[in-house]
Amino acid sequence: MNRRTHFAFFDEGSKREIRRSILKAICVPGYQVPFASREMPIARGWGTGGLQLTLSLVGKTDVLKVIDQGCDESVNAVNIKKLVVATTGIPITDKAEEATLIQSRHRIPEKPLANDQILVLQVPMPEPLRMVEPSERVTKRLHAEKEYSGAYLVLFEDIVRYGHMATGADHPVMVNDRYVMAPSPIPKFDNPKMNMSPALILLGAGREKKIYAVPPYTKVVSLDFEDFPFERESFAGKKCRLCGAGDTYLDELENPVTGVAEYQCNDSDRCLTALKANAGEKK
Amino acid sequence: MAYVAVRGGKAAIEASLERLTFERLKSKTHLPVSAVEGGLRLLVDQVMSEGSLYSREVASIAIKQGEGNPEEAVFLLRAFRSTLPRKYYTQTSDSETLRVERRISACFKDIPGGQILGTSPDYSHRLIDFDLCDETEKGIREWLGAYLKKLEGERADGNDSPSDPAESLSLPKVISYLRKEGLLRDRPIDDREPEDITQKSLTFPTTRAERLQILTRGQTGSVTAFGYAALRGYGVMHPTVGELRVGMLPLTVSDPYHPDDGDGDGDGDGYYIGEIKITEVETLIPVPVSRGQGKTEIEFELGYGACFGQNETKAIAMSIVDHCLETKNEKYPTHDEEFVLYHVDSVEATGFISHLKLPHYVTFQSKLDSVRKTRKGELR
Repeated sequence: MNRRTHFAFFDEGSKREIRRSILKAICVPGYQVPFASREMPIARGWGTGGLQLTLSLVGKTDVLKVIDQGCDESVNAVNIKKLVVATTGIPITDKAEEATLIQSRHRIPEKPLANDQILVLQVPMPEPLRMVEPSERVTKRLHAEKEYSGAYLVLFEDIVRYGHMATGADHPVMVNDRYVMAPSPIPKFDNPKMNMSPALILLGAGREKKIYAVPPYTKVVSLDFEDFPFERESFAGKKCRLCGAGDTYLDELENPVTGVAEYQCNDSDRCLTALKANAGEKK
Repeated sequence: MAYVAVRGGKAAIEASLERLTFERLKSKTHLPVSAVEGGLRLLVDQVMSEGSLYSREVASIAIKQGEGNPEEAVFLLRAFRSTLPRKYYTQTSDSETLRVERRISACFKDIPGGQILGTSPDYSHRLIDFDLCDETEKGIREWLGAYLKKLEGERADGNDSPSDPAESLSLPKVISYLRKEGLLRDRPIDDREPEDITQKSLTFPTTRAERLQILTRGQTGSVTAFGYAALRGYGVMHPTVGELRVGMLPLTVSDPYHPDDGDGDGDGDGYYIGEIKITEVETLIPVPVSRGQGKTEIEFELGYGACFGQNETKAIAMSIVDHCLETKNEKYPTHDEEFVLYHVDSVEATGFISHLKLPHYVTFQSKLDSVRKTRKGELR
């Protein structure tokens, strides 16, 4: 049995169907559009939603960047790139500014994106109300009625218990003053990058079979209270041990020799670019 | 943190993949796909059923590739399935046309057409057969020769052979007996075209057709666990297997040019495209029915299970869960359609569980930041 796969894995009918859902998602910012999610050659929960978006959108002239947790060479990013390249033959880049299509898990690139780029985010749990309400039928109704007291209540209870909103990544946002949306598990650090983003942001949840979008230049506000404003993770006084950046999301590493915590840029593309620039200055 | 340092992920992955091939090959045993297909019949059945694709050949390749791990084989099969365009839907098959190879009823000792034990390990002792270590091709040929000769002899004598597969036939359903007597509650026939759950994602409440589709491709272990839970106490359930059948079901597709032959059923004659082996189960569940004025009668309701291949435990469990979901009951999770339907799929469950192996350090860093803020002052 010798078989060849179709361009970008899917048959054209499947791609068209996914693109139709994408269009609907763009028309209703923040609304989760159900779609007939396919099983992919990578595991459910490993970015199949993002991958389906990427494969349905990719054309022969596209340039792709894939990052996982900020890194271009993380296992899953490499794996996804391999599949796209094997089925399309399109060029891959690590540089955010060169890519027409960027698929990412849990980060929005540090470099600002432009309005001719599409950012695809992988989503494990698309439903921002799931922790309050396990039933899909009910959460669908809550969205329809714009009944978001549950989402605020979670944050309020955090404040009562811990003195601040103890959310980690995936801090919920309000999109276009209408839908509360899970921004995917990006750190709070990245939430503001969604607001008025020139690039189209598409979010895909393969296992949960949902697609949603933040169209370019759309208002995105992280949920908070007047007296307890939204706060990003703080890296005050810390900077990258490699490039010296003090304005990026940092990974914490333990120096195996001294046992002291050190910090390094999470976004490897941004860090390498800064390192090259630093080297250029020194010359 | 070593597995996702900064650079070098690519080389590490290549090395890991090589390792995988090495593990499969290191014993220098060549496992032909035909050996998987011929010798692991029930695993092939299970993988086809959970993989939702009926192809013994592709399932066998997947089993070989996944080194016999059903979860991996099902995953491969499903991914392959996504690349196949959907050209036709088969016409409705009436399971009365099933060419029965095995058929038992737990309700009645004697049923029209008789109990047919067919092929099953149910009546064997589960003792490890160490003789299998010494099985030879010559021995296999001899056994087969003797067995087939015995069948031929029985046929020539005109005996009604208990073992002759050529005897398999279409038989009336056991439940039609109860139906005639009015003991089985008749449901209105639902001839609506079912939604294809692989083409349109679920919305709740679901239809029975959608539920059955999810259950039939559910992970065997999960469907069994839910069925068992309902039976044991987390459900309202005292079922009896009315009929369990294993056999070949003929399939037809409509003539694309003449989809309707005008006889009113919306179906043309159709083309026969082959047959598939299925297991079909109808369980009977007694339910009290109020007739008003304090009078209560008992009627039977039907739970239905059917799946690719011979996969009897799953089909029975499916029939139990089907009935649970037909009769909503907030007290038990087995009666909650979202709870059951969202969690029985092998690819979804194993995929999401295994994604925990992926690096999570951005999210973890974020949580760490949050935890530190809550514990300001107490930390060293």
